[in-house]
Amino acid sequence: MTRNDIPRSDGNAVEVRGLVKHFGETKALDGVDLDVREGTVLGVLGPNGAGKTTLVRVLSTLIRPDAGSARVAGCDVLTQPRELRRRIGLTGQYASVDEKLAGFENLYMIGRLLDLSRKDARRRAAEMLERFSLTEAAKRPAAQYSGGMRRRLDLAASMIGRPSVLYLDEPTTGLDPRTRNEVWAEVRRMVGEGTTVLLTTQYMEEAEQLADELTVIDRGRVIAGGRVEELKAKIGGRTLQIRPADPAELLRLADAVTRAGLDGIAGATADEAGGVVNVPIVSDAQLTAVVALLGEHGFALAGISTHLPSLDEVFLAVTGQKASATAAQDTPELQEVAA
Amino acid sequence: MSAATVSAPATTPVREGRIGLRANLRHIGALARRNLLQIKADPESMFDALLMPVIFILLFTYVFGGSIAGKGHEKEYVNYLVPGLMAMMGLNIAMAVGTGINDDFKKGVMDRFRTMPIARSSVLIAKIVVEIGRMLVATSILLGMGFALGLSVSTSVFHLLAAVALGLTFGASLMWIFILLGLTMKTAQAVQGVAMLVMMPLQFGSSIFAPTTKMPGWLESFTSYNPLSNLADASRNLINGGPVAHSVWVTLAWSAGITIVTAPLAVAKFRKKT
Repeated sequence: MTRNDIPRSDGNAVEVRGLVKHFGETKALDGVDLDVREGTVLGVLGPNGAGKTTLVRVLSTLIRPDAGSARVAGCDVLTQPRELRRRIGLTGQYASVDEKLAGFENLYMIGRLLDLSRKDARRRAAEMLERFSLTEAAKRPAAQYSGGMRRRLDLAASMIGRPSVLYLDEPTTGLDPRTRNEVWAEVRRMVGEGTTVLLTTQYMEEAEQLADELTVIDRGRVIAGGRVEELKAKIGGRTLQIRPADPAELLRLADAVTRAGLDGIAGATADEAGGVVNVPIVSDAQLTAVVALLGEHGFALAGISTHLPSLDEVFLAVTGQKASATAAQDTPELQEVAA
Repeated sequence: MSAATVSAPATTPVREGRIGLRANLRHIGALARRNLLQIKADPESMFDALLMPVIFILLFTYVFGGSIAGKGHEKEYVNYLVPGLMAMMGLNIAMAVGTGINDDFKKGVMDRFRTMPIARSSVLIAKIVVEIGRMLVATSILLGMGFALGLSVSTSVFHLLAAVALGLTFGASLMWIFILLGLTMKTAQAVQGVAMLVMMPLQFGSSIFAPTTKMPGWLESFTSYNPLSNLADASRNLINGGPVAHSVWVTLAWSAGITIVTAPLAVAKFRKKT
């Protein structure tokens, strides 16, 4: 089971054509087409109920589609489910490990189910525990693991068979930021080793961090797709929100940021109702520059935060409407400060 | 051995492999090990297998034994009761499988099993293998208690073992029913409720605890069709001596019939469960 054995078809590890799955009246998948190029990460972005999980379940042979076709690592989901299962790994929103079993036992069992010899299964389990920093917890039941450890064990279980395609279904939903970063780092590492990843997420930030390309789905249909940079360009970057300690300083602060003419920063707007100044930024360097500027001017601050475009804004953006439409609704008294 | 180890040249379509018998047995072994480790992690789950035989034999021998067999004849009643209880152990353990599987199958780990290149039946078979082990433990304790209370085998050890094997065979076939039930019903409580509803009349409307000759005619005919009566009679005659051929064959026929009908349904249900 090495990667060299995997048949290739035009460089796409996943090919989905016209996939349909209805649950009664609900059209979970309503004609989905997508490709994931080998060795890349496709982010499937969509709100709850968009059909993301159904897509993953069809692609991992858990449910049969009503119509359409899908090939994963050269195997047809309908006619070659067994071979397909040899080539995939799945980590879901809910950890799919046996909580009563120790970490090691979980991984050893998976190894045996993948036809490794006892010795190889033991070795591979130890290897994976080491890699996912779980060696110390190897003998503890998974029920005693923290959320992050459990997710890591789940990833380790998915990686035992060296899958060529890995599905990550909302892998960081419900995790704290630190654990989320750990999971992201691990996913990057797997991709670095040549694994193709199909990642579903509700978070724009997660898609940005991990994906090479994005597919946005809503109500079972693909509504946009493309490279992350392209979509980002459509959607715009982040918004830096600065809350001065004294609300009376709002205008002065916005003015100061605008006048400074920092690289790439067009201007700042004071939102008097919200008591914040909004500064659209596209890079971390700009964030640092703005913060430094505020320090130089000696503004007393009550809070500072960055705000990514929400999924709603992404949808508005990709469906042709301006993302700022929602922002304007949120802050009706938005006031432009003259440069 | 498997298609995955065969190097497929680029663009050649993948051949759908089959799971060989040895691989299948290995998978069942790995999954049975999981079930055993679960018991190890939660020893209280063995209480039913350990305590039920003790409670039932004491309760029936001393509370009802005198009335059924006559005061002072408790020892004779033990020889009547123990083979009957051997039949009951199977039913009780099988019922626990239904509730256990309902809980187990709600967990994410079942999704993992279903996305692995293993026969889906192996998950269910592994569970049954371990539960047969639990049945054997319960039956051994029952027999131990029985001997302590004066049980005597008037045939041979071979006959006694045959009675145990027959009980396990029938119990294993019952498990498929409860697995099907466990996979069909929404909650473990519902499984328990339905199981009790079915179990109580089958248990008591049988020759397990008392001879059926003193029951009203309609009940007597019900008990004569009750497979548990057949199993109890078979074990009884195997241990105490008496004609066994008919009741043994009827019991084996029931076991085969139940398995043939419910096992494929249970596996299909497991396959479709999402």
